[in-house]
Amino acid sequence: MIVRLMNEGQYRMNDDALQRLNALDDRAGSALEREAEEEFRKELEQMVQLVLDEGERLEDGDLTPSDVLVPPSDLSLEEAHELFSGEGLIPDLPVREGAGGS
Amino acid sequence: MAGLMSRASTVVKAKLSKLLDRAEDPSEVLDYSYEQQLQLLQNVKRGVADVVTAKKRLQLQTNQLEQSVVKLDTQARQALGSGREDLARQAVERKGAVQQQLQGLDQQVQQLAGQQEKLVSSEKQLSAKIESFRSQKEVIKANYSAAEAQVRIGEAATGIGEQMADTGLAIQRAREKTDQMQARAGAIDELVAAGTLEDFTAGDQTQLDRELAQLSSGVQVDDELARRKAELGAGTEKKELEQ
Repeated sequence: MIVRLMNEGQYRMNDDALQRLNALDDRAGSALEREAEEEFRKELEQMVQLVLDEGERLEDGDLTPSDVLVPPSDLSLEEAHELFSGEGLIPDLPVREGAGGS
Repeated sequence: MAGLMSRASTVVKAKLSKLLDRAEDPSEVLDYSYEQQLQLLQNVKRGVADVVTAKKRLQLQTNQLEQSVVKLDTQARQALGSGREDLARQAVERKGAVQQQLQGLDQQVQQLAGQQEKLVSSEKQLSAKIESFRSQKEVIKANYSAAEAQVRIGEAATGIGEQMADTGLAIQRAREKTDQMQARAGAIDELVAAGTLEDFTAGDQTQLDRELAQLSSGVQVDDELARRKAELGAGTEKKELEQ
């Protein structure tokens, strides 16, 4: 599986490491639901560290799409809400004839 | 209750599908997408330049404020030495205001440096992916009729689109941070212009400033005279000692 650390790069990970990543991810998701910023940040940092430790970095020029994306480790709760709402934080990709692009 | 990864993937995939849905003539899409990638590369380079400018401005202000603290300290001491507690109090008050502005400024410069690093790394990745995309694009166009080519178009477009979304996020976050810092730098400039953070000897002087400046030069003259006197007095003894 290919994991993208957003704003960092892409990594190939084995199933075992991926399972651990999923466990952390569940906890981070739960912390986000409960607005527990400190816990959220801690789990997210651990997720990023796990990928850095266990993953094998892809070449920058590799065009393989990622299976999952991990948000930046310094994401605030506020930014997380903005990111996941699909508005704002990631600008729309440009589309032809200026329809909806930014 | 979803984890972060699936949510992030959903958002990015939604952005990508908007892009790919419009793909009628794949060859045209490839060329168009390539143009957009180059445009984004320009944007990220501009983003780096903006962050560097904001960082330099804050660093410059930090230096100026630090010098101001030293000057105000000296002025407070001189005022006290001349028995002018009122002036000393003012100098200390201004010093306090300057120190308050200095607080956290270093950390913010660090934050900007972090954003700069991220943008530069994003630029590098985007640039490498654009290069791969450019060469794949030609291969795909040459073999367009093959069903295999259709799959590869989808993959290459998704791979580069994901990077574009990611770079877009890096630019957006850096821009928000840069705007905040520019606002803070602007506020400090305003405080300096209003005289709140100025040292007494700089720029337009009020009556008070002039008084202090006079005191200060008076103290300097006294100091120098005292030093000369001491030199004269000690001169002969010192010579004897050195021999």
